[in-house]
Amino acid sequence: MTFSDWLRADRLPHIFCAGCGNGTVINCTLNAVDQAGLEKEETVFVSGIGCSSRAPGYIVTDSLHTTHGRALAFATGIKMANPALSVVVFTGDGDLAAIGGNHFIHACRRNIDLTVVCMNNMIYGMTGGQGSPTTPRMALSTTTPYGSAEPAFDLCELAIAAGANYVSRWTSYHVKELTRAILAGLRTPGLSFIEAMVQCPTNFGRRNRYRQPLDQVEYFKTHGMLVEKVRRLQEEGQEIPPETIVLGELARRNRPAMGVKT
Amino acid sequence: MQGNVACAEGALAAGCSFFAGYPITPSTEVAEHMAARLPKKGGVFIQMEDELASIAAVIGAAWTGARAMTATSGPGFSLMMENIGFAAMTETPCVIVNIQRGGPSTGQPTMSAQADMMQCRFGSHGDYSIIALSPASVQEMYELTAGAFNLADRFRVPVFLMADEIVGHMRERIEIPDSVPRVERRPLTPGVLPFHPGEDLVPGFPRFGTGHGVHVTGLTHDERGYPCATNPKVHEELVRRLVEKVESKRHEIADYRVTNPDAELVFITYGSPARTVEQVIHDNPEKKIGHLRFRIVWPFPENALREFPRARAFLVPEQNLGQMAREIERHTPVPVIRLPRFGGALHTPEELLAAMEALK
Repeated sequence: MTFSDWLRADRLPHIFCAGCGNGTVINCTLNAVDQAGLEKEETVFVSGIGCSSRAPGYIVTDSLHTTHGRALAFATGIKMANPALSVVVFTGDGDLAAIGGNHFIHACRRNIDLTVVCMNNMIYGMTGGQGSPTTPRMALSTTTPYGSAEPAFDLCELAIAAGANYVSRWTSYHVKELTRAILAGLRTPGLSFIEAMVQCPTNFGRRNRYRQPLDQVEYFKTHGMLVEKVRRLQEEGQEIPPETIVLGELARRNRPAMGVKT
Repeated sequence: MQGNVACAEGALAAGCSFFAGYPITPSTEVAEHMAARLPKKGGVFIQMEDELASIAAVIGAAWTGARAMTATSGPGFSLMMENIGFAAMTETPCVIVNIQRGGPSTGQPTMSAQADMMQCRFGSHGDYSIIALSPASVQEMYELTAGAFNLADRFRVPVFLMADEIVGHMRERIEIPDSVPRVERRPLTPGVLPFHPGEDLVPGFPRFGTGHGVHVTGLTHDERGYPCATNPKVHEELVRRLVEKVESKRHEIADYRVTNPDAELVFITYGSPARTVEQVIHDNPEKKIGHLRFRIVWPFPENALREFPRARAFLVPEQNLGQMAREIERHTPVPVIRLPRFGGALHTPEELLAAMEALK
């Protein structure tokens, strides 16, 4: 099988804009799910609201496209009621960290056996480009026309602090690494959180001097730094370049988990 | 047994295997009892981070085939509204218990009210329909909760147990039957589209994990379950069906009790005010006082009003400013007298008798 066996051909074409990074993340996720050997009948995809949350609608398995921010609460109900199901949650930065922030930290705290893939485009794409909790300081959006005054969330730090068993960050440039991280997440009992930084040329890129979709992917490539290197530079007392995106496996541990298949 | 405990026991008797909730007075005993009992029966109890999450988890569990329930009161009920609409739109069977307290806002946490009757019917945005039951005794807390699961499964709607604090915290002897009747969810026939309605306007249920590969969305969807949010015809047909599947069966769903059908003066009640009316009737047998008591309030079965052909006035004591009285007025030319009594204390028998005498 390949990832395309998991797609609903009769739903295509999809709604994502040209140049969007979400498709890359969906492909990586389905490749990982496929490599993990999950059965379609025993896999459920859950999402909230936003561009990222449209993903389950293109996948052939049972799927629940829920309300804004609540995907993890719905997924908790599914997984606790039937731990035999493998549950993957697609979410975005607005869905997960703004309206759904409370469910995010509590799902991590409970360490429910879910794999959560967050497509972080640093913007509200579906509603036309408003600032989100991960919009970088001074970045432009329709609601931050003079540059965002708000410091941004680090979603991975949030997941680690709240107790997730597996936490990793990659970008739409790092296809193989992202796929491997999601696979590792699927194989780790407890909550696995994988942040996938994605370009949004329509609503983020064009307002923030990324003239082409690939310009932002290039930015991910040039500003990404492996966590091991970041730690080494810190130990050596060297300066971490500004705007560095810390990549790699940020946490892997074995806290008590809930909803694990027995 | 306490009313809230009887509610939990009724749910367990009906096979409820999943409870998600958040502590709130005066409903907390339902959650506490479920927390103690469910794990021993192989079920799942989970205390969520808030009521938004509680109802979300209940809906998620329901899609795995579980009979799932939550219990709350006013402020928590308000928080649940968005996902109640999601349950209506996705036709998710679930049971929501509201032990009503005084509102608006934080209001009177420990005092009884019936002021969420309109909220349970219309509280989420958009047109939809639901079923709401109203127990007037501890026995009915048990019976109606058990029955709520059957209605939820048959019609695939959120079903509300709209109790009040008095019934929730009342202690009475009850009779627990050996078993309660059980109506199962009709499963989806393989090959049929997942949201294709049967003759009863209710689609078969495609339980998650059984190979149906169903996409469930709160967006307007076609019979495949696929988003179809800009097609006016699909939206209108879907919303009309969501309402009709319940409203067209309202006289079949109806559950009410009639006392003295020849009476000219008739009390109409639901929930704990019925108890005061029963006292008045008991104390004044010679007066032939009529009493229509609804055990199911929504969908409103207006034919019940015709059980009293000689009625000269309907007196409606409620623990609110006249929410169901307004509904009754819509359906009858008989004058409707609103008898609101709220703040937490029930009407006294003397008050109700005086209201009746004033009409003579």
